[in-house]
Amino acid sequence: MAEEKKDLITLESGEMAQPFNWTAGVYGSKFLTELRDNKKFVGVKCPKCGKVYVPPRRVCGPCFEELTELVPVSDEGELITFTVVSFGFVDPATGAQKAVPYGYAAIMLDGSDTVLLHYVNETDPAKIKIGARVKAVFEEQRTGSLLDIKHFELI
Amino acid sequence: MEAVAIVGAAMTRIERERKADGYADLVYEATRAALDDAGMSIDQIDNVVTVSNDFFDGRTISSMAIMDACGSYDKNVTTVEGDGTFGAFFGLMRVLSGSYGTTLVCAHHKGSESQMPLITNAMFDPIYARMLGIEAITSSALQARAYMTKYGISEEQCALVSVKNHGNAFKNPVAQLPLELTVEKVMSSPYIADPIKLLDCCPISDGASAIILATEERAKKITDKPVWAKGVAHCSTAYHLGDHELHDVSALEEAAKKAYSMAGIKDPAKEIDLVELYDAFTYMEPLWLEGLGFCEQGGGGKLTESGKTAAAGELPVNVSGGCLSGNPVLAAGLNRMIECALQIRGDAGEHQVDGVKTALAHGINGPCGQSHCVWVLGGEK
Ligand SMILES: [Zn+2]
Repeated sequence: MAEEKKDLITLESGEMAQPFNWTAGVYGSKFLTELRDNKKFVGVKCPKCGKVYVPPRRVCGPCFEELTELVPVSDEGELITFTVVSFGFVDPATGAQKAVPYGYAAIMLDGSDTVLLHYVNETDPAKIKIGARVKAVFEEQRTGSLLDIKHFELI
Repeated sequence: MEAVAIVGAAMTRIERERKADGYADLVYEATRAALDDAGMSIDQIDNVVTVSNDFFDGRTISSMAIMDACGSYDKNVTTVEGDGTFGAFFGLMRVLSGSYGTTLVCAHHKGSESQMPLITNAMFDPIYARMLGIEAITSSALQARAYMTKYGISEEQCALVSVKNHGNAFKNPVAQLPLELTVEKVMSSPYIADPIKLLDCCPISDGASAIILATEERAKKITDKPVWAKGVAHCSTAYHLGDHELHDVSALEEAAKKAYSMAGIKDPAKEIDLVELYDAFTYMEPLWLEGLGFCEQGGGGKLTESGKTAAAGELPVNVSGGCLSGNPVLAAGLNRMIECALQIRGDAGEHQVDGVKTALAHGINGPCGQSHCVWVLGGEK
């Protein structure tokens, strides 16, 4: 329909929010508690294929096998892929704006077969390489969240 | 498989902001145009499949708001939440069930009404990923880096895709973003999430599209230019990014293998005349071409460089301008199918490629192509 733009009305949703309370489940709670209380990482091992999942979960997708064996994994690992992000992101949960640029990476901890997504404290792409070794740096104040890890640093 | 044909197809113009039209208006426009294309009335539509996403539309059961617009009154109507290629797959199944002679499939998207990074961020796990800011561009950058490093694909090779597809868009009257580019211009556009630069990204878009599927018996009564579904398959991989390597596109390989087998295709590079694929970011075009078997793993960059994927090349890819030139998410995959159908019919106008008998349309769902849907369409049954 051809209308003059000035005649068109739009309605704003405003600060509309949809609050949720997502359970982390038994394994997720264990994972987050270990981060918070001991600065340690926990995974879960598939009895069939031996794959270790971090964070731990209930089922191995490829095997469709229930996972029960929680195993410790290292706070050090390998950088699998990364990007330096140049656009701002506002955390929908807190409204906090992440300062740009920031490094973002997929990290495979020693002893894990899956990757964890997190920040890496380097923003010069020339100084980061796939395969680089990284180590988790924790926040002083921890609440039982992935944000208890401040970032990973290159070692 | 019993023969099923696309007998009507249409899409709206793709624009950055269709301020005068709500998404139901866009759906009506596309549905009306698809019916007109087929020379059908709404009474001849036996059932309807709509495609939408509640987050994008900003309301739950988003499909309910378009029931009038898609002509589904007193009809069996259902919704697929995902790309339009997947909606069309479900529409095809409904025709194959024997219960319906025709299915209307419509898809819509108004990217202009929301904040894309927040919505694509919501794809990710709320406990382990969402608060870290990952969304469509960041996750794609991780995939691009993994793929480009593994196979030595250069940023210049990706830039060639942007130059080609934005250039192709000049001949497509519904494309949103025709651009006269050079590799240098793309390379000097700012990094958004390296290695992805501004001109490696699709725009935010508004648009809708619709197709009508019919049994052979009904198709022959409706049109003398049916476009047959020769083969179709979709396949999914892990939800959590990095459960498998990001340059690994085995879900696409699997979907392509099944679709080719159904269509009796042995050598896709020789037997497929034209490809429309989901190029939301430039690196996706070479990566998906590899997964579709048009070259070996890691050969997508060189294939692009060779010029074979140009509009006048041996294997024209995204002659329409692709998603890079207009990406109404969800409708975008259906648009790939519509472009293929128009090319096969010889109705693609200024961007018509000569002698298109068999064409491939591709759509994706989820971050980094978590699921892929592959359609092989042909002018002969
Ligand atoms: Zn397993």
